[in-house]
Amino acid sequence: MSKKQHYTLTVNGKEEEFLAEPRELLIYTLRERLNITGPHIGCETSHCGACTVTIDGKSVKACTMFVAQASGKDITTIEGIGGPDNLHPLQEAFKEHHGLQCGYCTPGMITRATKLLEEIPNPTEEEIRFGMAGNICRCTGYQNIVKSIQAAASEMNAAASGSEAVGDKTVEAAE
Amino acid sequence: MKDDVTSREERVENLKGMGCSRKRVEDARFTQGKGNYVDDIKLDGMLFGDFVRSPYAHARITSIDTEAALKVPGVLAVLTAADLEPLGLHWMPTLAGDKQMVLADGKVLFQGQEVAFVVAEDRYAAADGIELVEVEYEELPVIVDPFEALQSDVVLREDLVAEDGSLPDGAHGPRKHANHIFTWEAGDKAPTEEVIANAEVVAEESMYYHRTHPCPLETCGCVASMDKVNGKLTLWGTFQAPHAIRTIVSLISGLEEHNIRVISPDIGGGFGNKVGAYPGYVCSVVASIVTGKPVKWIEDRMDNLMTTAFARDYHMTGKISATPEGKITGLHCHVTADHGGFDACADPTKFPAGFMNICTGSYDIPTAYLEVDGVYTNKAPGGVSYRCSFRVTEAVYFIERMIEVLAIKLDMDAAELRRINFIKKEQFPYTAALGWEYDSGDYHTAWDKALKAVDYDGLRAEQAQRVADFKAGKTRKLMGIGLSFFTEIVGAGPVKNCDILGLGMFDSCEIRIHPTGSAIARLGTISQGQGHATTFAQILASEIGLPADSITIEEGDTDTAPYGLGTYGSRSTPVAGAATAMAGRKIRAKAQMIAAYLLEVHDDDVEFDVDRFVVKGAPERFKTMKDIAFAAYNQAIPGIEPGLEAVSYYDPPNMTYPFGAYVCVMDIDVDTGVPEIRRFYALDDCGTRINPMIIEGQVHGGLTEALAVALGQEIAYDDMGNCKTGTLMDFFLPTAWEVPNYETDYTVTPSPHHPIGAKGVGESPHVGGVPCFSNAVQDAFRPFGNTHTNMPHDHWRIWKTANGLGLHD
Amino acid sequence: MIPAAFEYYRPKDMAGVLSLLEEHGDDARVMAGGHSLIPMMKLRMAEVPHLIDLQDVGGMAEIVIEADSIRIGAMVTQADIIDHAGLSDAAPILREAALQIADPQVRYMGTVGGNVANGDPGNDMPGLMQCLDARFVVVGPDGEREIAAREFYEAAYMTARADEEVLTTVILPLPRGGYAYEKQKRKIGDYATAAAAVQIVAEGGVCTAASVAMTNLSDTPVWSEAAGAALVGTGVDDAAVKAAMAAMLDDIDPSEDNRGPVAFKKHVAGVILRRAIERAWSRA
Repeated sequence: MSKKQHYTLTVNGKEEEFLAEPRELLIYTLRERLNITGPHIGCETSHCGACTVTIDGKSVKACTMFVAQASGKDITTIEGIGGPDNLHPLQEAFKEHHGLQCGYCTPGMITRATKLLEEIPNPTEEEIRFGMAGNICRCTGYQNIVKSIQAAASEMNAAASGSEAVGDKTVEAAE
Repeated sequence: MKDDVTSREERVENLKGMGCSRKRVEDARFTQGKGNYVDDIKLDGMLFGDFVRSPYAHARITSIDTEAALKVPGVLAVLTAADLEPLGLHWMPTLAGDKQMVLADGKVLFQGQEVAFVVAEDRYAAADGIELVEVEYEELPVIVDPFEALQSDVVLREDLVAEDGSLPDGAHGPRKHANHIFTWEAGDKAPTEEVIANAEVVAEESMYYHRTHPCPLETCGCVASMDKVNGKLTLWGTFQAPHAIRTIVSLISGLEEHNIRVISPDIGGGFGNKVGAYPGYVCSVVASIVTGKPVKWIEDRMDNLMTTAFARDYHMTGKISATPEGKITGLHCHVTADHGGFDACADPTKFPAGFMNICTGSYDIPTAYLEVDGVYTNKAPGGVSYRCSFRVTEAVYFIERMIEVLAIKLDMDAAELRRINFIKKEQFPYTAALGWEYDSGDYHTAWDKALKAVDYDGLRAEQAQRVADFKAGKTRKLMGIGLSFFTEIVGAGPVKNCDILGLGMFDSCEIRIHPTGSAIARLGTISQGQGHATTFAQILASEIGLPADSITIEEGDTDTAPYGLGTYGSRSTPVAGAATAMAGRKIRAKAQMIAAYLLEVHDDDVEFDVDRFVVKGAPERFKTMKDIAFAAYNQAIPGIEPGLEAVSYYDPPNMTYPFGAYVCVMDIDVDTGVPEIRRFYALDDCGTRINPMIIEGQVHGGLTEALAVALGQEIAYDDMGNCKTGTLMDFFLPTAWEVPNYETDYTVTPSPHHPIGAKGVGESPHVGGVPCFSNAVQDAFRPFGNTHTNMPHDHWRIWKTANGLGLHD
Repeated sequence: MIPAAFEYYRPKDMAGVLSLLEEHGDDARVMAGGHSLIPMMKLRMAEVPHLIDLQDVGGMAEIVIEADSIRIGAMVTQADIIDHAGLSDAAPILREAALQIADPQVRYMGTVGGNVANGDPGNDMPGLMQCLDARFVVVGPDGEREIAAREFYEAAYMTARADEEVLTTVILPLPRGGYAYEKQKRKIGDYATAAAAVQIVAEGGVCTAASVAMTNLSDTPVWSEAAGAALVGTGVDDAAVKAAMAAMLDDIDPSEDNRGPVAFKKHVAGVILRRAIERAWSRA
């Protein structure tokens, strides 16, 4: 055991201060210290992405970062992406297109996808598969995850391009 | 009655009953990070336990010194076998009739075996404590090969050898060698051998279905909380069979079963990994009893891959005989089954090799014989059904390879060979040579549909051209067409022949209709991603006429749910789904009496129509199920008890037999061994389809797990018994990048004995997918003389096949 | 998987880093993104009593493209490499290689400095930097010095960098000609079964310069001078490619692992090199 240090994180817009050992892994800080249990632990060797969070605008596997490294940073987890009253289009799309089964990979998957759609707002299937390759799902075979992300992208692009797109969407819905 | 403005079609639609792609009710919480998995549980004063594990695969333990570990700040206790022995808990029974060490009792039998349990205030202190437990080992000779085990003088399980050196019978009869567990037979030996001996055509092949692991994304774990004031133990955990776990905990701990509450919260995938009982559960319970505090144990990924629940590891040798025209006359199969250090296979008691005797597959084979020898080695115990029903994956792989091998021997097209040997539609119910009665099937229709969908003849022509091009030096890529036609046997099972630890494999559903016309139904199963809360409500909606959206489905809490054997082996829909329908019908029967009373007609004069009972011949006179529910609670009806509840325990009369036809088209780079899946077509017949969206999702997922197993996923050991595949760097779980899009299709052949005709689907794509991917690889090399090559077909093994056929010269 | 306890430092400048290294010697390690080191610490295969996080040390996150060379700060991530438009024009092989490293999350954290400095034979950047004839700037108590990438790697995890030195910058001559980074791996996130970095200059249909380096085929990256030489002066025809492959095979020394035995790796190394050469030549 080493001496506990004072750390500060901003998680989902809220500032958190606490004492912890520097070796505490960020995923445990979130899950056990701050009770933010959306991000999960799957592989512990940075292969599966179940623990994915966004840190200062980057998709990061929280199992491979010490709390000491994360101190001072701005972190967004699935809990900060959308809730009952303000679901993110990706959350809607995963529900709509059966993009999840056991739900264990889902928080990391959606969190990563929010960033992917910032990087590439209108991705091809290939770009989605490549851009999501840091997140493993054991249940879905990915087909409906790809579909969900495509659907969310169209939704977000339509919303972003304003009234004209709303018109397009209406046409689409009418078809 | 004012709702009569809606049409019948609209009323059906409003129910969201069977057959519609109802969106999943589970998804709101999962997409918002509000699932509740076992590691999310946090209780006041909760401690954390973790194991000291053996670095050796076979060793005697000469001493365990816990002193230094106990000095680590935060470490409260270190349990060893010596601590558990007075409680009689240093060993525990396995599901297969063997026993297994909870903590190493004088020796270890596989790498990673649990040696001591460190209990600490948090997982950091536990980890530091583990480092300081000093264990002295004396290494023993290691056996990782079951054939060697059966020849060796090295005895792995001294506890199973009598003092005079004789071998007491095991749970499944006489044993041939100290390292032998059982011999299990099905079918007729002598007639089969005679048929094969006299046959004009015989194909033989030996194949190894490698050891792998279900590896759900969430590992196994539990939280045990002993409330000493009330004498009650609560155990949350990743249990695919919570009720069975409660009974097991009661039997081995001596706690009365009513004082034990087992809760399976959300489970992050199971695939068979979470059926068994593991030392971590026992140690957590003991630690909670000892400390009086809740104790959490969660495997890390290495623990998971190296110690809990391997799958497969079957060495299979087959002989198949046929007429020159290709009509199969006999099948002989021998299996040497590597069970590791303890026989902890999760099979029904009377089936130590599971349903391996479904290995005659989808074919009308008049004579067959199967013999399985179980063997101990210095590998982890397990032998679970990884996304399949009790060794069905092995059986289907075996027969689907034997068919291909026979086709080569006959110089015949493998699709045609299948067609001429399929059990015909009119032969169902069909009793197979190895004993099972197949309930229903229409294989020819499915096969023709599949071959037409992929333009099979066109594919073969393209393949022929590719071979010509390859021989002409125009390409270095070969093309393989993988075929697979599988019949599963799921829905274990009839209590007359299926039990686990003496618990009959029925399942259950209890329904309570609330006065305002909504309902809760509880089942003995537990979802691990299959979407039970969605689909079971659909079954009920269709059965009782209340909207699925008004029905809550609850599973996993043994204090509230009726007893059931849990979810694995695609048994939820065949067994608990049937119980749900039957319980619904009991509700409906009572509702009919209430409706008749309210409508002032005789019971027989009303009939059920979607969501209501109507007076026969007078559809304008009706009572909706909502009306009836209210009446059940607010009216005194002569001769009828108040309330509207029902429970059903369903003992299935037979198993169900889903089937399917799969085709895979693959390109193979001969020089690097890299396969590329160009196309995958999957036709599934799971009988009545409850939710097509969920069925498709199950197929995509099962095929992806099949792809993984066929193309690279394995648990491998070196000669010293070191596990070489303990992290996700080496244990192959494909990402979105390695996985293709799948085409799904279906036929519908309802099960004649299931109340709603459903058969189960979750495991079909895995069972049928593995041979399909494997056959594609093997088919690519068939024109060059390949008959069989073992999985997993990773790059180097594919390359080795090409190399062995001289394709690199 | 819980690492052993350690003291953590996040110095604000290089002087702070160097004094910590001097104070703790072997017991201290510097860390950039941590995606090689942290998994090793979690598996308790690396023990690091004193961990020095470089994230607050400024001046190491720049990519500077000069007239005849490129300077890449040690803290530049793989994601930075991929996203840097100027770099993609000036040295496209870097982007092509970076895209084949790990996965998106890891590329956000993984740095060029960490990738080249820790001496893991599975890492892709060391071979690439050897191919490009990069120099590594290290700073220590006695000031800065440069070490050629081709002379940096001694054995697995053993490099020419002294314990008290920190790798700060990678300098590479502006690459010329065609390029390819070809990698065979089992899946996303895996190390290479075999990987080849090739840079070729063509003048009038003749190869005038060529550089070849291989990854994960020895306990260090392998710059095969002979393989490059076999191409120079040729039209990169089949005979020349075969000669390059043969020369490369003489230089590598793969060992068996879960990816396959030695014979397979050698064969794949040849195939991968051929493909890299052919692709690089087509772009030359």
